[in-house]
Amino acid sequence: MRQTRAIELGTGLFVLLGFAALFFLVTQITNREFGLGDGGYRLSASFEQVGGLKPGAPVSMSGVTIGRVEAIEYDFDEYEARVTMRIDHRFDRIPEDSDAGIFTAGLLGGQYVGIGPGGSETFLAEGDQMQFTQSAVVLEDLISKFLFSKATEESAGKASEEAPQ
Amino acid sequence: MLAALPRELLQSLRAALEALGAYSLFGARLFMELPRALLRFDLIVTQMHNTGALSLVIIMLSGLFVGMVLGLQGFDLLERFGSEDSLGTAAALGLLKELGPVVTALLFAGRAGTALASELGLMRATDQLAAMEMMAVDPVRRVVMPRFVGGALSMPLLAAIFSMIGIFGAQLIGVQLMGVDSGQFWSQMRAAVEPGDVMEGVVKSCVFGVACSLIAVYEGYHSLPTAEGVGRATTRTVVISSVVVLLLDYMLTAVML
Repeated sequence: MRQTRAIELGTGLFVLLGFAALFFLVTQITNREFGLGDGGYRLSASFEQVGGLKPGAPVSMSGVTIGRVEAIEYDFDEYEARVTMRIDHRFDRIPEDSDAGIFTAGLLGGQYVGIGPGGSETFLAEGDQMQFTQSAVVLEDLISKFLFSKATEESAGKASEEAPQ
Repeated sequence: MLAALPRELLQSLRAALEALGAYSLFGARLFMELPRALLRFDLIVTQMHNTGALSLVIIMLSGLFVGMVLGLQGFDLLERFGSEDSLGTAAALGLLKELGPVVTALLFAGRAGTALASELGLMRATDQLAAMEMMAVDPVRRVVMPRFVGGALSMPLLAAIFSMIGIFGAQLIGVQLMGVDSGQFWSQMRAAVEPGDVMEGVVKSCVFGVACSLIAVYEGYHSLPTAEGVGRATTRTVVISSVVVLLLDYMLTAVML
């Protein structure tokens, strides 16, 4: 009898430790800041280009995470990408003329939605769509634009050098 | 010589198919017995003590050292790109998705699988299983099932413990010894690791647990009733488990990535 109790105690400790480890891994190592989160309210915004934005990406104001991207769909009425965001209910005073942009955290970091507050006295509520958006910057576009402008500059420079003669 | 080759090939192919079939039938039988086995939970608890609780020391020690090596190697590698701050991410993802389940399964096969196989093999060799049958006690139900279920339940818990200790090991080396910023270590890890990554590890370790336990009890139960047979069953348990774990690991990774 004493032996079986020792076995049960050892097994109980083992199972407890195992579940504690699982709990630690799920809660402490992962990025679930909003719990299972049905709380909060939804906002949407249309972007011409979302770049590498993914569902689950943070939504932040001045660097403070206030919500997460819930879904990204293509909207055939506007021919733009529609991003649905879930904002924590603590942050319920976002002016309705605020603008949303897609930015990159650091040089190699993931992309996130940044909200810049507007000056309106009325606030965004559940289901509202944000009017002012700024698309993600696609690095290839930037580089090609830069190269293109360099090339035209150079040819224009050459043309002006040749012209006086 | 050449004419004999296809025949030998066919024979070995047939033997492999037979082994696969025998394993499947044995596995199916065990799953049929599952609801009834859960009623005798005291037997399962005893087996979880044998396979799980007694494997804790080796699992924790290995987890610590694997994590520490990951901390050293990861730091050395990431420093070359100037991104040693993401050491936490690298260590956590590596441990959760790959090293935790796989190394735990290999250790499990070596520590618990061999114990199961040799115990069952000795029971077979000393006619204990036959004696049970004479007393109208089904040895599969009374002896094999609790060991199988206990092993399968222990494995995910062991893997979780391994991963947790490993992350602390990596933190120990990365932060305390190499001077990675503690805040960066944890915050970058939290930002990058998702609940799905933890789930991937749990799914893997559950599959490995079922596979390793099944192989151990099958080899032990079907061992030849001789000293050599028991030894062979033990060896086969480790060899087959290791190969199957690595094969399954590739397939599961390909499916879940």
